[in-house]
Parts: sequence; structure tokens; C-alpha cells
Amino acid sequence: MTENYNKKARTANVNGDTGKNDDNGILEVQGNNDDTNDSIIKSTEISFAGMGVDIAGVKFKNPVTVASGTFGSGAEYGDFVDLSALGAVTTKGVANIPWAGNQTPRIAETYGGMMNAIGLQNPGIDVFCERDIPFLNNYDTNIIVNVCGKTEADYVEVVERLADEKVELLEINVSCPNVKEGGIAFGPDPKALESITKAVKAKAKQPIIMKLSPNVTDITVMAKAAEAGGADAISLINTLTGMKIDINRRSFSVANKTGGVSGPAIKPIAVRMVYQVANAVKLPIIGMGGIMNYEDAIEFMMAGATVVSVGTANFHNPFVTLDILEGIKKFMDEKGIKDINEIIGCVK
Amino acid sequence: MSATKITAKVVRQDQIATDIYSLILEAGAVAVNAKAGQFVSLYSKDGSNLLPRPISLCEINKDKGTIRLVYRVVGKGTKEFSKLREGDKIDVMGPLGNGFNQKSKRAILIGGGIGIPPMLELAKELKCEKSIVLGFRDETFLLNDMNRIEGEVYIASEDGKTGVKGTVLDAIREYDVKGDIIYACGPTPMLKAIREYAFENYMEAQLSLEEKMACGIGACLACVCKSTEVDEHSHVNNKRICKDGPVFDAGEVEL
Repeated sequence: MTENYNKKARTANVNGDTGKNDDNGILEVQGNNDDTNDSIIKSTEISFAGMGVDIAGVKFKNPVTVASGTFGSGAEYGDFVDLSALGAVTTKGVANIPWAGNQTPRIAETYGGMMNAIGLQNPGIDVFCERDIPFLNNYDTNIIVNVCGKTEADYVEVVERLADEKVELLEINVSCPNVKEGGIAFGPDPKALESITKAVKAKAKQPIIMKLSPNVTDITVMAKAAEAGGADAISLINTLTGMKIDINRRSFSVANKTGGVSGPAIKPIAVRMVYQVANAVKLPIIGMGGIMNYEDAIEFMMAGATVVSVGTANFHNPFVTLDILEGIKKFMDEKGIKDINEIIGCVK
Repeated sequence: MSATKITAKVVRQDQIATDIYSLILEAGAVAVNAKAGQFVSLYSKDGSNLLPRPISLCEINKDKGTIRLVYRVVGKGTKEFSKLREGDKIDVMGPLGNGFNQKSKRAILIGGGIGIPPMLELAKELKCEKSIVLGFRDETFLLNDMNRIEGEVYIASEDGKTGVKGTVLDAIREYDVKGDIIYACGPTPMLKAIREYAFENYMEAQLSLEEKMACGIGACLACVCKSTEVDEHSHVNNKRICKDGPVFDAGEVEL
């Protein structure tokens, strides 16, 4: 399976498929036909010159990654997008043991976004190390592993298991609103956040990114706690806790009652929080929350994000990450921006 | 896996019953690669409706490169689709999911409500002896298309106006419909009952499930169902309806 994906990805790259529509509005069939299992993988021909950024000493060829949980470990989206075009792939949260997640329904659409309560279903670190890390290492992209847990010991166990694995960064998910432990326990409490940051940092061989919850009164307090605990970077925002009621059934739209709201509806909140955190701590920021296009991505970078994550938009358009990369490049060319780093936090 | 995302052109659209529409799309590769039981994701043009709508394939014409979708208007997205006219464009991803695993056995095809449309393509593709059992609440649709298929068509309706009053299983019992394998699509209570019926009668059964979906390709883990075996993705007995299904063997899932 892994070899197959890799072969297809390379072929798509060589062909330089751009997925443009023909006059009939019908997408031409692209890609290879060298096996019966072929699919159409879109890549990009743009040069990433001037788009390189750095998070805690890790070089990114460009500032675009995906938000954890929206992209699996890349295998499914790898049938549509050449993963080697991305600055990094951020994986779905992984715990020390498999988690079954919540009951269904797990999602609901909301105006300009969606609400999810997946509950961090994941196969556990053993399968992840055997299957997902080798798969992703077939691509020329950074791997950011999102780590989840129920107790501090769970997080530390996963981080220790990853110590000798070929992954570039660890994103510590202390902010998932949909599991009873972990998210709730650490997310909104600065002391607990600092403590778990220290515990993880003490064992981690890779730089650690603390992913913050927006469900707090003052996001800068949380960012400072992560910095005090020794975090190498901060990512924000995780989803905003919400609720939706099905008035015809007189029931909650997701089985968990509450879920995390994402999508463009929450973008202004995310931009504001990225700006606040950029001005409160010295750490680099991975910004996310409703990014749908290159304009949104640039907005986050101008607010202070070094890297941007695209999440919910992948569901709306599986090629969106490539569209955003091409858009950023075009914006740089049009505005005469030689180095993308010029715009990071440029709006004061 | 041969799914792709295209911009399809509307060939025609007709309302065929209250809130039920028949949409024919020029869909190129999506049509060429598709088979009965698979579905497509349709994308709204309104940015406030971000998630694609999964809709089953009612008919596939590989020669013309067209697909036919028969769907019910249930919300903002399907309302928007119902306004599409000849020549309009719509983004489509597919074909998605696994489709029915067609066997050369005497078949009973069972469709309930908006689970009926995929049974039309399946009936066309299955070359063996078959019976078709359709369950409606009240108003019927697709009957003319179904009657053109080789094989008996049996009907049940909740109001009793067409066919047997009751459920599809009432029709099967009433007309003594026999077969060696069941293929079914419809509401979960119907599928539960069919699953029980198949077990009691030592019949093979394939059930097409549905659940709220986001990505449609197996990445987001929104549309899982309880499976009796360990699933390939997360090893937690949660199969993904969009990717591992939507068609499952009755013994493979818990309903």
C-alpha cells in the first residue's frame, strides 16, 4: 500500500498536473494509468523559493500544513494531493493506546463551518509507528505528530515512544474539547498546562508545540504558561466549544451534546488570538482557524503566525492546500515580497 | 480507489415526487469508474454550506459518461441542488465507497424511501434472477424505472395505498419473495429488521448504511459504525462508512 501511494505521488509530481478545468468544465483525467488502482493526484509546479520558514530550528519549505484531525495521517488525502508539496503534514492525534472515540453522530454543519465531536478516535502509538510514520516518510515533507492523552503519564509515554522515530515536531494536544480528560484537565488551567509542558519537554527529543484551546478568557495567560514550561512553539486555535440542537427531533445534533466549532465562521476569533499570543510570547506560532484560501493564510501570517494550518477547508476542497500555496506565491510575486518571513507579524 | 473531483455539467433535472429530484450530470471519469452502491459528494456553491453532501448513484451510463442522482431535499444544500438546471455546473467528487459486492445468486433487492435509488443501478448491473422490494411512506417514485428491469417488483407502503400496507418485510412475507442474498439500502430501523430476517433465514445480506459525513474519503472519522471485526484504520471496531462501506455484510456491522 505504501509503495503504491509513493509511486503514484512521484508520477503525479513528474507530470506536474495542475488540475485545471478544460473548456467543457470537465476536469481532464490526469495522472498515470500504470495500474488499475490509479487515481488523480494534484501537485504544483510553483517554486517554493522565498517561502521557507523555521519553527524551533526545523526548516519548512513553505508555511502551509494541515490541522490535526482533518487529514488523518495523510493516506486518504494522498490520493488527491501530492503530500510532498506541503510544508508539513500534521497527523490526527495519537494516544498511547487505541481510542474508540465518541458515539455518532459525530459532526454537524453550522453556518460557515462545522461542529465535530469525533473524540480522538485513533489506533494508538504502536500502529502509528508501524504504519503511519513510514508512510509519511515516503514524502518530502515535515511530520508533525499530534499527541493526545488522558493523563500526564499518557502524554509522556507517547512522547517517549516517538523519541527515536523519524518525525520532526510534536504537537501536544491539551485542548481537545471533546474528550472528558486531557483536553478539559489541561486546556484552561495555566498551572496544569505549564506542568504538562515541562513533563513532556523533559522527555521529548523533538521540539514541542503546545496546542492551545480558545475556550479561555485570556489566551495570553495560557501562551505564557506554555512558554514558562519550555514549549518550543505554540499552535492555536483548537476548536471553540459549541452546541447545535435539531429542533425537529428535539435532540442534540451530535451525540456528545457539545462539539468543537471550526471553519471560516470562527476565523476572526482565531486571527485575534494569534495576534495576542504573538505579542505576548517569543515563541513561533502555527496559526489556524477557518483558513479557506490564500488571503486567509496571509492574514494569519501578518497577525504573527510563522506557519498556517488548513483544517475544515480540506473537506470543502481536497486540493485547497495546493490552491493556498499557489495563491501565496502569486501574492508574493504581485507585492514584490522576496521572503515570506517579511510578512510574519508585520501588522503591529 | 479511483475517485476524483470534477466540475460536472447538468444534463437535466426533474422533480419526480414531493421533495424528490432526479439529477443527471455529465461526470466523465466519475461515471466511468463507478458501480452500483457507490456514492458521490456534491459541493454547495454557498460558502456557508461547507460540507459536501453524500448522494448515492441511482444510474450510471459509462458510454455517455453520465450519472443520475435521485435525492430528497432535506436541508439547505439539497435545496440549492434542486434549483440546478440544464447547463449549470456543480463540483462532484467520486465515485466514493465500495459499492455492492455482486454475487451470482438469486437476489432480493430491498430499498426503503430515499434508499431506493441505488437499487435501480444495482438491478441493472445484476444479471442473475432477482426480485425487487420497495418500501414507501406514501407517495411512490422511480416505479416506472423499476418496472423496466427484468424481475418482479413488490411494493409496501406505510399508508397502504400502494402494495402491501406495512414494511418491506411485510411485502416479502405477503408475496413469499424468495432469494439467496439480500441487497438493501434504507433507514436504519429497516436495515436492522432486514439484518435479523437474513440471520433467521440463513441468508447472506449486504446493507448500505448512512451517517453524517465530512470528508467522504476516510480521513475525518465522522461517519463510523460499530463493526464486529477490528477495523483496518483505528483497530477499535469502528468501520468508516464512507471508505470501508457504505455497503457492509450484515454480519460485519452492529446496528
